[in-house]
Amino acid sequence: MSTITAEARLSSRSVARASSAVRRRRYLNRLGTAVLSVALVVWSLAPIYNMVLISLEPEGDVFTDHIWPRVPSVESFWGVLTQGHWYLEHFWRQFANSLFIGAMVTFFALLLGSLTSFAIGRMRVRHGWLVSNAALLTYVIPASFLAIPFYRIMQNYGLANNPWSVIAALVSFATPYAIFVFQEYGRSIPIEVDESARIDGASPPQIYLKIYLPLMAPALVAVGTYALLLAWNEYLYQFLLLSSKSSMTVPVALAQFLSSDQSPWNYMMATAIIYAIPPVVIYYAFRRRMAAGLTMGGVKG
Amino acid sequence: MIDTASVADAGRPALGWRTLSRSMRGGLKGGEYTWAVAFVVPYIAVFLAFVAYPVVYGLWMGSDAGLYRELFADPIYKSSVVNTVLYLALGVNVKMFLALLLSGFFMRPGRWTKVLLLIFVMPWAVPQISTFISIHWMLNGEWGFLNNVIYRFAHVEGPSWLNDRWMALGSVIVSHIWKWTPFWTLILLAGRMAIPLEIRDTARVDGATGLRGFVHITVPLLANLYLICTLLSTIFLLGDFNAVTFVSGGGPANQTHVLATLGIRDAFEIAHPRLGVAAVMSALPLVIPLVIVLMRKLRTAEVQL
Repeated sequence: MSTITAEARLSSRSVARASSAVRRRRYLNRLGTAVLSVALVVWSLAPIYNMVLISLEPEGDVFTDHIWPRVPSVESFWGVLTQGHWYLEHFWRQFANSLFIGAMVTFFALLLGSLTSFAIGRMRVRHGWLVSNAALLTYVIPASFLAIPFYRIMQNYGLANNPWSVIAALVSFATPYAIFVFQEYGRSIPIEVDESARIDGASPPQIYLKIYLPLMAPALVAVGTYALLLAWNEYLYQFLLLSSKSSMTVPVALAQFLSSDQSPWNYMMATAIIYAIPPVVIYYAFRRRMAAGLTMGGVKG
Repeated sequence: MIDTASVADAGRPALGWRTLSRSMRGGLKGGEYTWAVAFVVPYIAVFLAFVAYPVVYGLWMGSDAGLYRELFADPIYKSSVVNTVLYLALGVNVKMFLALLLSGFFMRPGRWTKVLLLIFVMPWAVPQISTFISIHWMLNGEWGFLNNVIYRFAHVEGPSWLNDRWMALGSVIVSHIWKWTPFWTLILLAGRMAIPLEIRDTARVDGATGLRGFVHITVPLLANLYLICTLLSTIFLLGDFNAVTFVSGGGPANQTHVLATLGIRDAFEIAHPRLGVAAVMSALPLVIPLVIVLMRKLRTAEVQL
C-alpha cells in the first residue's frame, strides 16, 4: 500500500516537474519571440522613422537633439507640393519625369519580354537558346559596370539629357528578367492550346494577343511591378544621363540637395517620403501577385 | 532540378516525341517563321545596341595596359580594393546568414508573424535613395538621430560615424544589410515553403527537431538555393553604387570607395573615363568566373527559386 502511494507521489512530482519544465521552455520561447520581434521592428523602422521625424520638423528645428517632433508641422510637405522652396521649383516636373520613365520601362520590358518569350518558348524559333543565353548574360552583368561606355555611346548618339537614353538602359536591364520569368511561367500552359488555335487558322499575332497574353496575366503583373520598382530605385544612369533641372528625375534632384552646403533636411525628407509612396503602395498592393514571380534579383542593383 | 522535358520524354515513345518536336520546328511555315523572327528581332536589337555594344566599347576603352599601371599606383585604388573585398565578404555573408535564420523564424504560424513580416519588408519596399539619404543624416555626428538616441539613453556623446574610414565603411555595410536582408529572406522563405510537408513531418517523427532538423533537413534541401542566392547577391553587390554614394559618399577623403563608385569618380569627377573603365575592369577576374558559374546554375535550376 505505502509503496504504491510513494510511487504515485513520486510520479506525480516528476510529472509536475516535467510540466513546469515545459512551461518554462514555452515561457522562454515566448520571451525570445517577443524580444526578437521588438528588435526587428526597431531595426526595420529606425531609418524610416528618422525620415518621418525630420520631415515633420519646422525648418530651424532640424539641428536639435530631440528624438520625436516637438511641434509636428506639415510645412515641409506643403513646401514640396507647392514647389515653395527654391530647390524644389521643378518638383512636379521631376516627379512626372520619374513617372514617365517608370511607365515606359514597364511597358517596353513587358512588350519585348513577352514577344521574345513567345517566339522562343511557344513558336520555338530556331536558335532561340542563343537569345535566352544573351538575356541571362545581361542579367548577371552588374549594370553600373557598363555606365561609362553607355554614357559615351549616348553622347555619340546625341541622346544626352534625353529621357529615352535612360529608358533604353533600364529596358535592356529589365527585359532579361522578364524573358526569364515568362518562359518559366509559360511552361505551365500546355502547348496544345496554341496548336489547336493554329489548326483553327489563327495567325501568330492573333495567338499572341488573344491566347498568350491573357493566359500570362499573372506573370505580366509580377514582372510589371518588378520593372517599375527597378526604374524607381535606379539612380546612376539617371544621374549620368539627365543633367538639366527640367529633365532630371526626383532621385537626381534629391542627390543635388545632398551635395549643397545648406541642405534643407526637412524638405529633403518630405521629398523622399513623397517619392517613396508610389512604390510602397504598389508593392503592398501586388505583394501576393509578385510572390508568383518573386524569383531571383527582385531589384537589380 | 529535374528537367520537365525529360520527364515528359520518359512517358512517351522516344521516336514519336522526336518526330513530333521536329515536325513542330519544321512546322513553322514560311509566314509563321517570318513572324517568329519579327518577334525576336526587337529584343536582339536592344541587346546589341545597349548591352553588347557598350561591353565591346568598354573593353576597347580599358584595353591599354598603361592605364593599369596608372591605376595600381593610385593609393585610392588600393584602399578601394580592400573596401570592395570587405564589403563583399561581410555584406554578402552576414546578410545571407541572417536571411537564412530569419526565414526560419517567419515560418512560424500565427497572425503576428505575418504582420511582422509586412513591417520587416519595409526597408526593401521604400526606394533606395530615400532610405540611404535618411541613414546618411541619421549618422551625422552632431545632429543625427542615432547619436541623439545614444545621448538620451546613455548620456555619452556618440562618435561621428562618417568621419572615420572604418566606421564609415561599417555604416555602409550595415546599411546594405538593412536594405537587402528582407528581400533574400523572402526568397529563402519561399524556398523553405517549397520543402514538402511530409519530409518535415517524417523527420520530426524520427526525432529531427530544432537544431537537428535544421542541420539534417533544412540545410541540405536549401543548400543549392542558398548558393545561387549568395552568388547572385555577390555580383549585385559588386555593382552596387547607391549605398556607398549616399551613406558615406566615398568619404572621408575618398577612403571608402568601392570599385563601382571609384570607376564613376575617375570617369566623371577627375574626367578620366578610361581610368574609370580600367578600375571597373580590374574586377573582371572575379566577375567572369562568377558569371560562368551562375549562368550554368541558373540555366539548369528550376528558377522558381
